[in-house]
Amino acid sequence: MIKGLFKKPKNDLEPSVSGRIEKPAEVNIPHELCTVCPGCKKSVFSSDLQENDYVCPNCGKHLRLNARQRIHMIADPESFQELWADMAGSDPLGFPEYEEKLRAAELASREMESVVTGTARIGKKPTALFVMEPAFMMGSMGTVTGEKIARLFEYAAEKELPVVGFTASGGARMQEGMLSLMQMAKTSGAVKRFSDRGGFYLAVLTDPTTGGVTASFAMEADVIAAEPDALICFAGPRVIEQTIRQKLPPGLGRAESLLKNGFIDKIVPRSEQKKFIARMLRAHRRIRKEA
Amino acid sequence: MNAKDRVAAARAQDRPTAGKYIKGIFDEFTELHGDRCFGDDPAIVGGIARLGQSYVTVIAQEKGTTTRERAIRNFGSAHPEGYRKALRLMKQAEKFGRPVVTFVDTSGAFCGIGAEERGQGQAIASNLMEMMVLKVPVLAIFIGEGGSGGALGIAVADQVWMLENAFYSVISPEGCASILWKDPARAPEAAECLKLTAGDLMDLSVAERIIPESEGGFQKTFDFLKEEIGAFIAEKQQMPVDELLRERYHKFRKIQ
Repeated sequence: MIKGLFKKPKNDLEPSVSGRIEKPAEVNIPHELCTVCPGCKKSVFSSDLQENDYVCPNCGKHLRLNARQRIHMIADPESFQELWADMAGSDPLGFPEYEEKLRAAELASREMESVVTGTARIGKKPTALFVMEPAFMMGSMGTVTGEKIARLFEYAAEKELPVVGFTASGGARMQEGMLSLMQMAKTSGAVKRFSDRGGFYLAVLTDPTTGGVTASFAMEADVIAAEPDALICFAGPRVIEQTIRQKLPPGLGRAESLLKNGFIDKIVPRSEQKKFIARMLRAHRRIRKEA
Repeated sequence: MNAKDRVAAARAQDRPTAGKYIKGIFDEFTELHGDRCFGDDPAIVGGIARLGQSYVTVIAQEKGTTTRERAIRNFGSAHPEGYRKALRLMKQAEKFGRPVVTFVDTSGAFCGIGAEERGQGQAIASNLMEMMVLKVPVLAIFIGEGGSGGALGIAVADQVWMLENAFYSVISPEGCASILWKDPARAPEAAECLKLTAGDLMDLSVAERIIPESEGGFQKTFDFLKEEIGAFIAEKQQMPVDELLRERYHKFRKIQ
């Protein structure tokens, strides 16, 4: 035992034996009834989770949501009108295994691409709305994702609507190569032109918002809110650890540290989001400006 | 040459870095430092230079040429303050009507603790928005590696020119191979799939021009670029600003 005290891990990245996280015990309950919270690893009744907007009643962890679940949670009942619903991802470069991945993502998410766009009312206020879909290739940004978002900002500029957007993305989608990177410039241009015409844009950053989405439209809103504990970064913690070979400070890249460092306006728990968005929409009357 | 060989050429240690281009193309380069917020990032060099009768603002990612210089310049991987310095100098150029010429050569924006804490994503996002509406001609010349968002952060331009062996990619071939196939050794295959060469990017309408590379010190390339940059600026300065900006937006807007 004394010998164990002096055993040094080889580097800071390698956990000492005692520090290793134990796997949660397997619980033999049908998974339709129970969900294991990824935060506190406790089993939670799925019906409780659902009633609580998929926030763990034990630890407050905000579980990932599908785009449709979010729209249901945020938009006034029956108010959501989808735009460009039939635009599907394609394989412009003929990248190996990409077609299959797209079809699998469609099945997994029941969406055609990684973002759902449309118009809705939130607290009776009309707005353009985009919600990214983490179940579609981790919300990665392909050309169609960028196209739908750019179109939404152009549409909102023309119709003089504000834009509310929920981000969730692993970044640019590498299977579409440079065409996907170009979506960062394209969406940024659309946001800027919308903004210069006096449009109000509110973003809610959810777990995870990373890479090319962080480095474009996620960080370009007039008001930026985030969900508690959401990972929001340019480079993910693992990439940074591999680059600099150092242990990272706790909380790096989490919503709370972005708030502290001045990169987001507010952390808004899911239960308060609708009220918050409605208030911000009421507070921003459009000032019309020449294009 | 196949994609893998071009990636190797773009990364070759003896390849001229941005400083050589600045010296070879412009006169009276005066470097200007600092982002006025946090610090001065040696990975990005910026300043004012003369080209013929007119002055331009030059912004360049500099990898460094000696081991010591490479370490100081962080191998051309910029921190947020580098992107903010670039934006400050671009806004300055706009105020005084100077065209902007950028030289891109980076494996990517730096991935580190300070870079995250100081908002790498926000810094790049801000450049993308502001460059799209910068009211002076902007030209981006890719001279070596064009690493993803870190390259794009100074490359939202009216035209993108690529040196024959430069590449521009959403992710490094090694990164792509290790994520997709859990095998960085398959990087050559990934390089082909990613369509990252100058020729590929012409086909995809990401780049407008390929610049031939000359043997032995690139002097011919510099002379050629001097002529061509001058011609580009003369042509773009004739254009009404709203038309220039409309065309710039359309260049990116049409990619889908």
